[in-house]
Amino acid sequence: MFEKILIANRGEIACRVIKTARKMGLKTVAVYSDADKHALHVEMADEAVHIGPPQANQSYIVIDRIMEAIAKSGAQAVHPGYGFLSENAKFAEALDKAGVAFIGPPKGAIEAMGDKITSKKIAQEAGVSTVPGYMGLINDADEAVRISQQVGYPVMIKASAGGGGKGMRIAWNDRDCREGFQSSKNEAANSFGDDRIFIEKFVTQPRHIEIQVLCDAHGNGIYLNERECSIQRRNQKVVEEAPSPFLDAATRKAMGEQSVALAKAVGYTSAGTVEFIVDGDRNFYFLEMNTRLQVEHPVTELITGVDLVEQMIRVASGEPLSISQDDVKIDGWAIENRLYAEDPYRNFLPSIGRLTRYRPPAEGPLGDGIVRNDTGVYEGGEISMYYDPMIAKLCTWAPTRAQAIEVMRNALDSFEVEGIGHNLPFVAAVMDHPKFIAGEMTTAFIAEEYPDGFDGVTLEDAHLRRVAAAAAAMNRVAEIRRTRVTGTLGNHERRVGSDWVVSLQASEFTVKIAADHGGSTVRFEDGAEIRVEGAWTPGMSLARMTVDGESLVLKVDKITQGFRLRTRGADLKVNIRSPRQAELARLMPEKLPPDTSRLLLCPMPGLIVKIDVEEGQEVQEGQALCTVEAMKMENILRAEKTGVVAKINAGPGDSLAVDDVIMEFE
Amino acid sequence: MKDIIQELHDRRENARLGGGQRRIDAQHAKGKLTARERIELLLDEGSFEEYDTFVAHRCTDFGMEHNRPYGDGVVTGWGTINGRMVYVFSQDFTVLGGSVSATHAQKICKIMDMAMQNGAPVIGLNDSGGARIQEGVDALAGYADIFQKNIEASGVIPQISVIMGPCAGGAVYSPAMTDFIFMVKDTSYMFVTGPDVVKTVTNEIVTAEELGGASTHTKKSSVADGAFENDVEALAEVRRLVDFLPLNNREKPPVRPFFDEVDRVEASLDTLIPDNPNMPYDMKELIAKVSDEGDFYEIQKDFAGNIITGFIRLEGQTVGVVANQPLVLAGVLDIDSSRKAARFVRFCDCFEIPILTLVDVPGFLPGTAQEYNGVIKHGAKLLFAYGEATVPMVTVITRKAYGGAYDVMASKHMKADVNYAWPTAQIAVMGARGAAEIIHRADLGNPEKIKAHADAYEDRFANPFIAAERGFIDEVIQPRSTRRRVARAFAMLRNKQQSMPWKKHNNIPL
Repeated sequence: MFEKILIANRGEIACRVIKTARKMGLKTVAVYSDADKHALHVEMADEAVHIGPPQANQSYIVIDRIMEAIAKSGAQAVHPGYGFLSENAKFAEALDKAGVAFIGPPKGAIEAMGDKITSKKIAQEAGVSTVPGYMGLINDADEAVRISQQVGYPVMIKASAGGGGKGMRIAWNDRDCREGFQSSKNEAANSFGDDRIFIEKFVTQPRHIEIQVLCDAHGNGIYLNERECSIQRRNQKVVEEAPSPFLDAATRKAMGEQSVALAKAVGYTSAGTVEFIVDGDRNFYFLEMNTRLQVEHPVTELITGVDLVEQMIRVASGEPLSISQDDVKIDGWAIENRLYAEDPYRNFLPSIGRLTRYRPPAEGPLGDGIVRNDTGVYEGGEISMYYDPMIAKLCTWAPTRAQAIEVMRNALDSFEVEGIGHNLPFVAAVMDHPKFIAGEMTTAFIAEEYPDGFDGVTLEDAHLRRVAAAAAAMNRVAEIRRTRVTGTLGNHERRVGSDWVVSLQASEFTVKIAADHGGSTVRFEDGAEIRVEGAWTPGMSLARMTVDGESLVLKVDKITQGFRLRTRGADLKVNIRSPRQAELARLMPEKLPPDTSRLLLCPMPGLIVKIDVEEGQEVQEGQALCTVEAMKMENILRAEKTGVVAKINAGPGDSLAVDDVIMEFE
Repeated sequence: MKDIIQELHDRRENARLGGGQRRIDAQHAKGKLTARERIELLLDEGSFEEYDTFVAHRCTDFGMEHNRPYGDGVVTGWGTINGRMVYVFSQDFTVLGGSVSATHAQKICKIMDMAMQNGAPVIGLNDSGGARIQEGVDALAGYADIFQKNIEASGVIPQISVIMGPCAGGAVYSPAMTDFIFMVKDTSYMFVTGPDVVKTVTNEIVTAEELGGASTHTKKSSVADGAFENDVEALAEVRRLVDFLPLNNREKPPVRPFFDEVDRVEASLDTLIPDNPNMPYDMKELIAKVSDEGDFYEIQKDFAGNIITGFIRLEGQTVGVVANQPLVLAGVLDIDSSRKAARFVRFCDCFEIPILTLVDVPGFLPGTAQEYNGVIKHGAKLLFAYGEATVPMVTVITRKAYGGAYDVMASKHMKADVNYAWPTAQIAVMGARGAAEIIHRADLGNPEKIKAHADAYEDRFANPFIAAERGFIDEVIQPRSTRRRVARAFAMLRNKQQSMPWKKHNNIPL
């Protein structure tokens, strides 16, 4: 076994590898760029080596920098994490030359699986089910149409070097096919400098399900069941789970065995993932093989009890697998939510900056299950513009899927992240989505269920009442405290009443609170009673309440006459007023938010570098209006539609906050 | 006897209706509440004691003798806010447009006298068409009486004005002399002369809202200290402010139970200061993390954002905070920020509210705009305010404390009691580069040499230790322990006594 390993990565995955290495008694070496000087992985590792400027292409993915760090630290093996150099055959080769072990597959396997066309050929030869299609290169549109007719529409036209949706077209008929062929080819040439195109059947109602494999250098290979990763946004996985709610034992076995066969066919060692696309009839087709540890590997670990990183290290050091296929079981259910610093209310725009508050739920038992949180950040740390905006991977495990979802809901509700925009409300909404709960999702889930983006969650009445009851009870505590101040007029103190009107989400509830030592009983106008217990005191940002025996976790901010409460993806402004106050509040005019369609608002805090237009000037749609510098990035703001600039409110050098008005249009 | 009591009821009922249902409805239609409804929202339920319900004017000109409504357009009395006494007057727009007559003014003066004598704040809810023209000079005399009371009460009891409708002409000068002015968005305005006169005299065409609405006075003129969405929110927030304030200048600020740890450690503050000295950060995060329960009542938040002023509590007791804000103009001191902070410091000193100063200041803003408009005298206001203050003062320098601005921002030399610095503090006459260019003028043509000189200057002065060697900094503290350090410092200062030489009053540069 090695004594010291280097982790050629950053963020949560570096931290995650360090944890296992430490458990195994290995010394760890972190590498870091200028932007990561204070990062968590640097703090956790036994040693850390600086490898260059923030940009990954000058630090984390420069093979020479990593080789220098290895030489400097004397590490005997390197874990590449995912991304960066993890699937770089040249890196594997460089390590080989230097006599340093690569904690991953052999160079040949990386190369073989790295090309979409080659990998599909190898898969076919190994007896793996592949999407019907033409593997060879297609020269012109006529040939594309002929092949498409053979395969049968709909077909997918794909660039061989493609990824991330680039150079991909769906064709439903000959005309689509001609057009799609040409545009894919052009796009591929421009994006990848490689215009090779192939065609395959387009799978309807597709799910993304992948098989985790694990192989050693002694010819042993096993599969560790599947992960369902259908919930994706623009090909970026958001929610993953294991097992899949869709597979049956026979399909699982077939997929698993084919995956192992493929791995063996390329002489694979270490952990790897074979990705499949599965249609509504449980036909599965090989997509690609990822020759690294996947982001979503924790869900597999949670249902199998296998530490994949530990296995990777052992395999790399030459040990044979100690687990056989028969040892691999499915124990319970695990779900992973990826928390990204992407603002769901602003079309998932990346949001960078300081984490003024970061309090994840405690790892370990929660409710009927357990919580695991893989993270690389900390309160007071920075989400940098240079890297993937992932904050954490929050996983829950429980005996059943329903329980795992419920534990996840509670974990998300008590996960505090402030200072930046993040997708926590969005994933919380997914956890309550009927289709997700039923396990009926395809890769089009987000596009179909949130076609116009995400604008928050509306709670249904029963849930709203529970929140209202909790808010009324909390408000009573806050109001009583306000009366316990020095300088009151003796015998004429304010007595806090028991009648309140709670308004939230366009609903209003008139309630009566009866408090006792254990909590409060909140009686609604229709006679219904809700029992609220919990030790919330003013200033606590998290209220862990028990409402009618069930757990209700609320994120709490104080607002005038009430609270802003966040729970289950909903963001509620809750006013609690006395009946008379509520009566007078009803007389107040509803103020509509100002019409911002004729305004150019600053999308982020930043500095105006340049104003490109003048007052009175006519601008065309897409024309540059001004440049805002934020975090050293120059962002050009463009006209959304043709119009005339009426007024310019800011000039170069002005520092603006989010939503400050930069200019007005006529 | 029964009949007589019945008559009292009838008369009260009559008075309560103010200008009648039709005018009440009109008031509501404008999105405004009536004078009495506002008092209900301001005070604890059922605590209002009304005086002078039956006061009526004595004017007999222009047929006024036929129109003598009870109350004369203003409701006055006292009540409690969370059990603490306050006096209140609330102008009734439904009665003669809330116009000020001699008797109307008399009612206001009466409760102001009581407030001064009995030591409780006065809260004025302003909604008035102005002087009652029919009364002529009597109305003007009434205004002047109120002005004089405002002046006498200043520094004796807190005075709060809420502008909830029109407030024009001479009427503006009563709120102008109170401690805080709040406005209601869209339904209130204040100006000395209205849009019509403005047009006649200066040919400017401007709406009442543009000339004197809440946005104008909170963002441009700084006449108002805050603005709220509507009457309900405004009055709830005034209650919240009163919770912070002492009742008078003979009392300590209020203390209430708090649910926070005095020694709460905030590890994240260790990374608040960015590695790059030119990168801003949000000083409000430090304020929130130092204060009890993160509760901060900001004063003038929309004006001169380069300085932050407002109230927090430490161990349940009110503390005033003045802080440079690196997010806006790098936290520089200029005319507006100096004026804003100076007035706030003086308010705190009047009412024995301890002051916490958080410093990250690159200096005073240069330029003709500043000099021509008198930055010398305006800057001196803040210096003067700190220098004359005798309340407990604790200062924390987080990063830059350059030049004269270092002295101004509650430095040891201005009698601050406890001066802390974070290890990231840089206490120097100016930034290293500027200093190098002056000291080594001969090397100006040689960027390499200048850089070396700048580095040398930085090594020497870009830290808190030179100041600490001289005792100008009492201790260099870990950012994470700021709350505990500051809270303990104020605890140590609870019985501070300090006085200035006797004088009639000082002559602050106005």
